Amino acid sequence: MAISIDDVEHVAKLARLELSGEEKETYRRQLSDVLEHARVISEVDTEGVEPTSHTLPLVNVFREDEVRPSLPVEEVTRNATWAEGGAFKVPRII
Amino acid sequence: MDIVYSSGLELARAIKDKEISSVEATSAYLDRIEAVEPRVSAFVNLCADDARERARQIDRAIAAGDDAGPLCGVPIAIKDVLSTRGFTTTCGSRMLEKFVPVYDATAVERVTAAGTVMLGKANMDEFAMGSSTENSYFGPTHNPWDLDRVPGGSSGGSAAAVSAGEAPWALGSDTGGSIRQPAALCGIVGMKPTYGLVSRYGLVAFASSLDQVGPMALDVSDCAALLGVISGHDRRDSTSIEQPAVDYLSRLTGEVKGLKVAIVKELSSEGIDPGVLEKIKAAMDVLEGLGVTCEEVSLPSFSYGLSAYYLIAPAEASSNLARFDGVRYGFRAAGEFADIWEMYDATRAQGFGPEVKRRIMLGTYALSAGYYDEYYAKAQKIRTLIVQDYARAFDTYDLLVSPTSPTTAFKLGEKMDDPLTMYLSDICTIPVNLAGIPALSLPCGLAGGLPVGFQIMGPPLSEQKILDAALALERELKFDVRPVGLEAG
Repeated sequence: MAISIDDVEHVAKLARLELSGEEKETYRRQLSDVLEHARVISEVDTEGVEPTSHTLPLVNVFREDEVRPSLPVEEVTRNATWAEGGAFKVPRII
Repeated sequence: MDIVYSSGLELARAIKDKEISSVEATSAYLDRIEAVEPRVSAFVNLCADDARERARQIDRAIAAGDDAGPLCGVPIAIKDVLSTRGFTTTCGSRMLEKFVPVYDATAVERVTAAGTVMLGKANMDEFAMGSSTENSYFGPTHNPWDLDRVPGGSSGGSAAAVSAGEAPWALGSDTGGSIRQPAALCGIVGMKPTYGLVSRYGLVAFASSLDQVGPMALDVSDCAALLGVISGHDRRDSTSIEQPAVDYLSRLTGEVKGLKVAIVKELSSEGIDPGVLEKIKAAMDVLEGLGVTCEEVSLPSFSYGLSAYYLIAPAEASSNLARFDGVRYGFRAAGEFADIWEMYDATRAQGFGPEVKRRIMLGTYALSAGYYDEYYAKAQKIRTLIVQDYARAFDTYDLLVSPTSPTTAFKLGEKMDDPLTMYLSDICTIPVNLAGIPALSLPCGLAGGLPVGFQIMGPPLSEQKILDAALALERELKFDVRPVGLEAG
């Protein structure tokens, strides 16, 4: 499964990763290798097999909607590079 | 008593009986760390002052006759993937280099409540992605048995710290083998519990349907004790199994007579080092001598386990790691940006290392339009086949065994340029995570002077049976956990 530089650029955009030209070529080659190896799974007959996303027989876990104390805003924003007045600040969005 | 290389339980007893103080035990480990850490590099950050202060508090509590917990005053190393309130949690990444959590992970909270003293945060592959601890932003950890070799990964710092006598035990995390493989390569005991047995609250997420926290220790009894402390339901993790903590230690008998065990053919033939296989077969002979029936079983779907894992785990990771955007916490790229998208792209480009980017790319690709069915959905069906193969095998056998790792510890740098070869290091451990079952790695001897790990797997919630089999084997094998040559170097 050879993937192209265009594929790499498309995926990098989806993943919000800025890649250098050299990184693009490296990942193109390495991802092709891994995906080539992964192609063995296409040989397996999985007709009628349900996918497993989770190994526990859990569906929904509910709890009472009770008010409980949460962390103070000053603590929650303490790890942000740029926070002010209890809010996170970011560059222009629109 | 010789504090360093005493078991955690011996130390707890000695501290409780006032033969030694927690301050003495803690200082002995801090001295040991000072002596060997320049060569081993098992820790990202140490908390020597806080550890001494906590040890003093515990000694005061014991002197006052208070209950200081079952593991009172015993030092511990914590993998840097677990949140520690007020103490930097880097996850081996530049992204979290300065991140100071505002809450403790449940597993950390529980070992602390049991009386342990945290010595520091153990090194790891960035975001737990790797099999050698070479992917840490803070540099590699060295294997105490041969400093030119890797300790395994991703919990390589935890494994090396225990092996080098820098901590009597440690917590690790295991998504595809990250506790068991480094335990094998460093000659210690490591266990991945049943998915959901230990809360994931406060564990930095890699692949949420696979991640589990677990114990790493010098012997099986310590492993059982630590597992008992961290297990049990936690309402803060919705995938946590609804059952109380189990006291594995008090129920530990080492009784194995009459058990039926099988070695998995697909994990013990092609690609396995002959020296490793020889030790595994020898361990099986020992089990037979103890009255265990040993056979071989073929589980055909396991041939596809690695491929399925390297689609599912990166897919989950690509989603989990989307949160690292430079806004709420963690690294943010410096400079002026025209808009938020530029800031995201630059932050993630500079904050993540090469392996993490590679897995995010791989996972994003596997989930992207046009490839989802071919890769991700197909891999999830393979996962079902693996679950079914295990279930069938456990109808006949109590436990399954295999090597933990196809080779002993490899050289630093040897596999760094070839991700696929590195991924093959996890071939024996991955099916366990995909099926959510428990497994333990027990040191079973040396091959070429390096430790070999014997993997014991069981059905969901069979931890007690696995620990009993491991204890029986440990008593016969009498493996010496002290790395030859570390003292001399």
